[in-house]
Amino acid sequence: MTEITPTHYMLLSAALFMIGVIGVMVRRNIIIILMSIELILNAVNINLVAYAAEQQNVVGQVFALFVVAVAAAEAAVGLGIILAFYRNKETVNIDEMNLMRW
Amino acid sequence: MIETLVIPLIKIVIVLNAVLVSVTYMVLLERKVIAWVQVRLGPMRVGPYGVLQPVADAIKLMIKEDITPTRADRWVFTAAPIIVMVPALIVFAVIPFGSEVELFGRTIPLYITDINVGLLYIVSVASIGVYGIILAGWSSNSKYPLLASLRASAQLISYEVAVTMTLVSLVLMGGTLSMVGFVHAQHEAGVWFLFAQPVAFVVFFIGGLAETNRAPFDMPEAEQELTGGFHTEYSGMRFALFFLAEYANMIVVSAVGVTLFLGGWLRPFANVGALAFLDLVPSWIWFLGKTFVFLYVFLWIRATLPRYRYDQLMRLGWKVLIPIAIANVVVTGALRVLL
Amino acid sequence: MGEAIAFYTLAALILGFAVLVVSAKSTVHSVLFLVLTFLFVAALYVTLQAEFLAVIQVLVYAGGIVVLYLFVVMLVNLKRQPETHADPHRRSRLGLALSGLVLAELAAIAMYGSASSPAASGAASAPEVTAMGGNVEQVGWLLYTDYLIPFELASMLLLVAMIGAIVLAKREL
Repeated sequence: MTEITPTHYMLLSAALFMIGVIGVMVRRNIIIILMSIELILNAVNINLVAYAAEQQNVVGQVFALFVVAVAAAEAAVGLGIILAFYRNKETVNIDEMNLMRW
Repeated sequence: MIETLVIPLIKIVIVLNAVLVSVTYMVLLERKVIAWVQVRLGPMRVGPYGVLQPVADAIKLMIKEDITPTRADRWVFTAAPIIVMVPALIVFAVIPFGSEVELFGRTIPLYITDINVGLLYIVSVASIGVYGIILAGWSSNSKYPLLASLRASAQLISYEVAVTMTLVSLVLMGGTLSMVGFVHAQHEAGVWFLFAQPVAFVVFFIGGLAETNRAPFDMPEAEQELTGGFHTEYSGMRFALFFLAEYANMIVVSAVGVTLFLGGWLRPFANVGALAFLDLVPSWIWFLGKTFVFLYVFLWIRATLPRYRYDQLMRLGWKVLIPIAIANVVVTGALRVLL
Repeated sequence: MGEAIAFYTLAALILGFAVLVVSAKSTVHSVLFLVLTFLFVAALYVTLQAEFLAVIQVLVYAGGIVVLYLFVVMLVNLKRQPETHADPHRRSRLGLALSGLVLAELAAIAMYGSASSPAASGAASAPEVTAMGGNVEQVGWLLYTDYLIPFELASMLLLVAMIGAIVLAKREL
């Protein structure tokens, strides 16, 4: 157990991924759901960087860099949508965001 | 073992003590400089010529009552001053104070560490410092501090973009991200980057003024605005931490500016052999002297210029400084490729 | 040995704070735990010799994205109380059961799949990349030669996202 293999990192990444998925499924506050999505993206990044270190090839880190950039763009737009919705309906509970339901 | 643990620990202790003492004496220096500009004398009673004034200030702040508002979020309220102070202090880990010194038979470099992403480390730590301000205003559970903290943090993150862009153009000149590497690059180039990148220096200086909430950009903490800003509800030692963190940030910006633009620990005309007698002055004295000049200009500007209004401040950051900084990056890149 | 201590400590801290992100009652506390999670993930990157990505993680994620979250949380919280746990417990128990199942499956795949790990060689650019200096030079080299088009596309994406966020959040155009 004292030898840290990429498998260890993959298990850590899988656990973090599942915590993010639980957050998305269980919580009702849309901001917490977006933050759980950020946890999922970080889990993927950990996996990429761990394998980049094992294979001594920085492609994994370049990929992780792009994931960070895309996550930034997604967070900005997502929060803009939340603000626009909040201005109209005064709520951040996704159970109440059902304007387009039949 | 000695190299990796004991020597850095000793350096950390020395640097922290030096920074904290300088921060308290910066307070006195500021009061004195502003007083002399206004043709009066400043603090004169405590000690000869007011030299013991910071001691009196420290004692006063420490024995003041520590009030926490009733419905404030206690953990965050206590953590906010710490979150503001810690980034200001840990930046000193990568700043080179001098070249090398011979002690007890060892050659000891005068910096705590030299990581190969030193410049990015400084920028990222500075962006963590914004949290303390936001959390201080929010956890006070009171309208005025909350609005003031949102204003202050918006100002900080806006000017962070401009400062980071100037640092990008500097990296193009220096070819390295490590702080020690910058000083060596200026030594090899034979010219301080202040003369090679004057636009970047001006933008960095103005951005540094705004980043540390110093006049003329100190709207978030001026007493006439929003009843004292984001640290309204803080008293005693916690207020002292905010106060000290601001001065520590000032010293950080000065030290970083000196390393990047003014040649760090190099003497003036470092490549001219005829002036080698200037080498009698140790490198860290040159560094401290240049930092002091930088700090003095900070204080001088505070004593002289009136305050910017908030919308003027944001307009300056977004519509003037960021385009200039980006244009500077483009021109620097083009010239580096063509020349 | 030191590497194992570092990994287990950081892993425990990351997972602990991630659980607190998902389960904290007050939204602002969730955001603060998210910052701490990101800082410890950056520390993990440093142990994996990815210094550039570590400082980018702190600068962009912890210092930019989460500040944005904090701003929105405060603008939204100004009128409402912090969110109380109104979740029906049935949904959370079902979610936990399903996630536990998927996690067990992933763990099984990881442990038994690694016995026959493919000894894949690195990409063709590996030899010339390692001739570069440090981590930053290697990443920069790859970004500007092999992956130049994704790099430019990412900057386009960020520009579009910036314009979109401004348009969405403005009060009047």
